[in-house]
Order: sequence, then C-alpha cells, then structure tokens
Amino acid sequence: MSKIHVTTKINGDPVEYLCEPDETLLDVLRDQLGLTGSKEGCGTGDCGACTVTLDGRLVCSCLVLGAEAEGAEVGTIEGMAAAEALHPLQQKFIEHAALQCGICTPGILVAAKSLLERNPDPTEEETRYWLAGNLCRCTGYDKIIRAVMDAAADMRKAS
Amino acid sequence: MRYLAPTTLEDAVQMLAEDPGECRVLAGGTDLLVRMRAGMTEPDSILDIKRIDALREITAEDGGWRIGAAVSGAVMNEHEGLCADWPGVVEAANLIGSTQIQGRCTLAGNLCNASPAADSVPAMVAAGAVARIAGPNGTRDVPVEDVPLAPGKTCLEQGEFVASIFLPRRGPRGGDAYLRFTPRTEMDIAVVGCAVSLTLDADGICTAARVSLGAVAPTVILVPQAAATLEGTRLDEPALDALARTCSEAASPIADKRGTVEFRTHVAGVLARRAAKIAHERAGG
Repeated sequence: MSKIHVTTKINGDPVEYLCEPDETLLDVLRDQLGLTGSKEGCGTGDCGACTVTLDGRLVCSCLVLGAEAEGAEVGTIEGMAAAEALHPLQQKFIEHAALQCGICTPGILVAAKSLLERNPDPTEEETRYWLAGNLCRCTGYDKIIRAVMDAAADMRKAS
Repeated sequence: MRYLAPTTLEDAVQMLAEDPGECRVLAGGTDLLVRMRAGMTEPDSILDIKRIDALREITAEDGGWRIGAAVSGAVMNEHEGLCADWPGVVEAANLIGSTQIQGRCTLAGNLCNASPAADSVPAMVAAGAVARIAGPNGTRDVPVEDVPLAPGKTCLEQGEFVASIFLPRRGPRGGDAYLRFTPRTEMDIAVVGCAVSLTLDADGICTAARVSLGAVAPTVILVPQAAATLEGTRLDEPALDALARTCSEAASPIADKRGTVEFRTHVAGVLARRAAKIAHERAGG
C-alpha cells in the first residue's frame, strides 16, 4: 500500500513526511523526523510520555495517526525552549529536581505548559488532576507539582 | 491498511458502504488505536470522520444541542451553553481518561465502544439523548439506551455509524448529574455509575425523571421504576430511600476484580441517592 503524504506544522515549522496508514504520530516524530523528545511509555494512552499538542489540544501522540496531522499544528517538547533559553517550567524542574530517569519529563512539561496557558494560576488540586494522565515512576510527583506551582508563580510575576 | 478521510457525510457513507473489507470508523481513536495495537482488531481500512466539519460542531437545535460524533470531551467542557443545560453529561464525559484523552475522546465513540462501564452513556441515557445513525439507507434516530446490545456490541448495521448525539431541550427547573464509584479519584473505570435527570414544577414537585445505571448489567440500563420513585415527590427522604432500593434491585452485576456483586448492588443505590440530590439542587429544588 502506498504511503500517505502529509503536510503539517511542527513547532511552527512547515514539515512534510510520508507515512504508513497505520503509523502513529509518535512513530513519525521519533523515527522519521528525529524528534525523539516525545517518549513511548505504554503505547496505549495511559502514561502520557508521548504527550504533544495537536491544534492546541493536549493529546497522546501514540493514539494519533501520522496521517491525521495533515494541515494541523503539532507542538512537541522540542519547541519548548527558545534557542538556548530554557522555558521557566524546564528551569524549575531542574531547580526542584523534579525528574530522575527523565522518561516522563517531556510529556509532563508539554502538559504543564498547556495547563498554564489556559490557567496561569491553578490550584495544586487542579494541577494534580490536569497531570493525572502523566505517570512518573521515580519522583512520587510532589517535586513535579512543586516545580509547576513555582514556575506558574514566576510566570505570573513576569507577565 | 487504507486511511480514508472524507470531508462530507455523504462521502463517508459511500466509502463505508463500498469498502470491500473491514472498515473501522475513527473519531477520537482512544479505543480503536488501542485495540489495533493490541491486535484485537485488524481493519483493512480506517475511515477518519474528523474532516467532516459538521461532525466537529456543537449546534443549537430545537432548544437542545446536537453534538457531532467527532467533538472531543475537551471541546464539550468549554461550551458554556452545553455545560449550563447538561452539566451531568459534560461531567460524565470528562471522567473518561486523562486530559490527553479528553483532547480526543467523543460521546459517540464512548457509546459505540459499548462498554457497560462507559461513563458518558448513563448520563446520555438519563438525559434522553438520541443518536443519529447514518448509513446507506439514510439516517435514523435511535434512543441512546437502545444502541448498546451487549458488551462490545451495538445495534449498528453494516455500513452504519453514529454521526451525532442530540441532547433535548433542558427547559426550566431541570437538572442532571452523574456519579461513579472508582477506587481511585482519576484515571479509572467505573465499578458502578449512576445518572439522574429530573424536572421540577414551580412548587418543587418532581414532574419527570430518568435514572440510568452503568456497570451493573451487560449494558448501561434505563431504570423507569427508579424514576417513578421520584416523580410526584419533593425528593424527601422516603423518596430517596425508595430510589436507592429500586436501583439496587435493578442491578444485576457480575463479580470481578473491581467489585463484588454485593458491593455493586449496594453502591448502585448509594450513587442514585447522591446523584438525585445533585440533580435536584441543579434544578433549583
């Protein structure tokens, strides 16, 4: 079966690729485009390690077909830092030691950024619910939550 | 495998009818892609309905709301009119999975997956929702409670798919609510679910009610005898007692790792009572 030609935008840049009809967006990002920041944890939408935005919506890229990105805007972890300058969330994750093995981190950062864009002043409870689909087997979550809350406070001051 | 992405409903119906092999409809994909990965289904074609504009919209119709089959839970949650009229339906839909799943999952998909534990289905049944089914012989409207026939099985014929869900006019002094029991607070499957929708008159008497239970039978069930315990009452304690008893009697659950028969039977009544109180408060009672 012939491959599908897809024209899309990833982190603001126009991108074209050819994909198999049953190839996931995650596989396209990682294996074809070399954007290996998005991780495959479970492959079934349970763990959130592959989290990206699709037209501004948070999704698991393992549950999106590459072909579905036609005409869409995809946002990945690679688009988070501005050149050498880390995003405040990334900086706070380092300061709070909010990561250990790091596999879940890209997905959590993308998800947390999406939360703060919608709600710059979330409660801890709102933050925990928003990130409930991002599993971390190392940190016990507390440091992640503290980092997000601290980043949110700094970003509010800066704006 | 082929990937089909029609832009009109007519094209979608035609493609589905003419596809020679197994063709699966893709809306949010949060069930279909998981099944494909697990090897539980190996379709020859996938028909993506998300490029059909009408199926991505929530539109006002006859005082109610028509929700396209490709509308995600996240979009529903941001729709003020829908949230004001049917908060129970929106809350139930928003219980499905994580924020990421909400970005994709749909009411129509939750219905067609035909799980007895589907969260949005009892809420739709209580709301009196109607599924619009498109197929080679045109469209037909089917009450949501008549769509699932058994676990994983629906009333859809060959070549048919659910194009939209219609939630009727809410009207004044109405309220709905959905509650489920799960061992965890998030990211879990209902052990029991219960939805109640009711309408009060100007004196606070319940004039109409619908009660639905999930995860206590092979399909989500409508429980008219439970609704009858509320109608004509002010939802006082004897009425709520009768509601709880009737819901427990209507439950015929299985025992599995998530709950025993006795537990599910009891909790069906507990949730019914609590959901009825929330719906009553939302109706202004």
